[in-house]
Amino acid sequence: MATIAAVIASTHHPFYLRASTATGEDRPPFADEWVAKIEAFRETLTRARPDVLVMVGSDHFHQLWLDNMPQFLIGKAPFYDANYYNEEREFGLPRMGLRGDEELSAHLLRGGIDAGFDLAFSNELRVDHSITCPIITLRPQADLPIVPVYTNIFAPPMPQPKRFVELGRTIRALVEAWPSDKRVAIIGTGHLSLELGGPRQFGPHGPDPEFDRRAVEWIASSDLKSALAEVSLDSLWLPGNATHGFMDFMLMMGVAGENVRADYTDSLDLFHTMEAYFTWYPEGAGR
Amino acid sequence: MSKYLIDKFLYTVDRDPELVERYREDPRGTVDWWESERANVILNCPAAERSTWLEFTDAERDALGAHDYVALFELGAHTFLLLTLFIAMFERDYAEPLAFQREFAARLGHWKVPYPDIST
Repeated sequence: MATIAAVIASTHHPFYLRASTATGEDRPPFADEWVAKIEAFRETLTRARPDVLVMVGSDHFHQLWLDNMPQFLIGKAPFYDANYYNEEREFGLPRMGLRGDEELSAHLLRGGIDAGFDLAFSNELRVDHSITCPIITLRPQADLPIVPVYTNIFAPPMPQPKRFVELGRTIRALVEAWPSDKRVAIIGTGHLSLELGGPRQFGPHGPDPEFDRRAVEWIASSDLKSALAEVSLDSLWLPGNATHGFMDFMLMMGVAGENVRADYTDSLDLFHTMEAYFTWYPEGAGR
Repeated sequence: MSKYLIDKFLYTVDRDPELVERYREDPRGTVDWWESERANVILNCPAAERSTWLEFTDAERDALGAHDYVALFELGAHTFLLLTLFIAMFERDYAEPLAFQREFAARLGHWKVPYPDIST
């Protein structure tokens, strides 16, 4: 059976590439610290020696649109082109390409549907920065095949937080049952408190530092009981109007397992949002 | 109330570099053209299989035609689409990084949660 080499949960910040490569007057004052933290975080994946990456993210109204909106979707394709014109325009992200692992995609789709998730699928998916940001930060050589898992954290009505957790648990169990000798890293990115297109956007910190403080502790300890008790679809509007991306962190807590403390935790208080990085090693090998 | 159609306008303009410039330079003309020619195109269907029923309310048409992002926020436009397109059109007019984004926030400063519902 496959080995889960690492479980990684992270914020995804589309400005990282531009900040980390800027020089001279264009280089922001926080860039060096950010790069150092990302390089340390990257090492937690490198050390796990993965063969394939399951990548949990969310389409930001690129390929998926309101005339036909899936709640949970898994890509099954041999290749994924990546990034869009408006991401190139706003964030300076390059066009990228990632190989796909169709066998693992098929396994997750069949098993996920049989486990009670009526998953949508795509055989031609152009992924966006929710997938490519963690590739850039964690595996910039972009040399490993992926299985993209998209969640709707963007367009109401969305699934309940507990469904994200349950999907995470299901993905974990399915990867562990995959008849393969490969080492699989499961990587998901979301947000802490975040405001986009509202009065609290682009402040000196995230819109709700207290939520961020509690959220980091929930994730680091995979405290699903507290997170599920305090987070609802309605409550997530309060810390910031784009905070439903926290549900992808809850999915990853489901992957990591309840009350399993992360082996690696780090965070960085940036302008307008807090960055946070977590790695678990289920098999202990990367510790 | 046709929040969906506002979002469809923002979405289809934002993904097309020529339309971004056209909307920046001629907002009212672009909105009128788009409502006439594009509003009913189903994005994954041939042009002949178009919808027959989508149109803006006067308030929506006026808000889009005036680049009035405060009104669009209050009408329930999806905030991510709204921000992304308006950054594309107007960030270039500001000397300081994030200056447009901060002005955008300040002009919405009278809003506290709950914000207008973006559900479609």
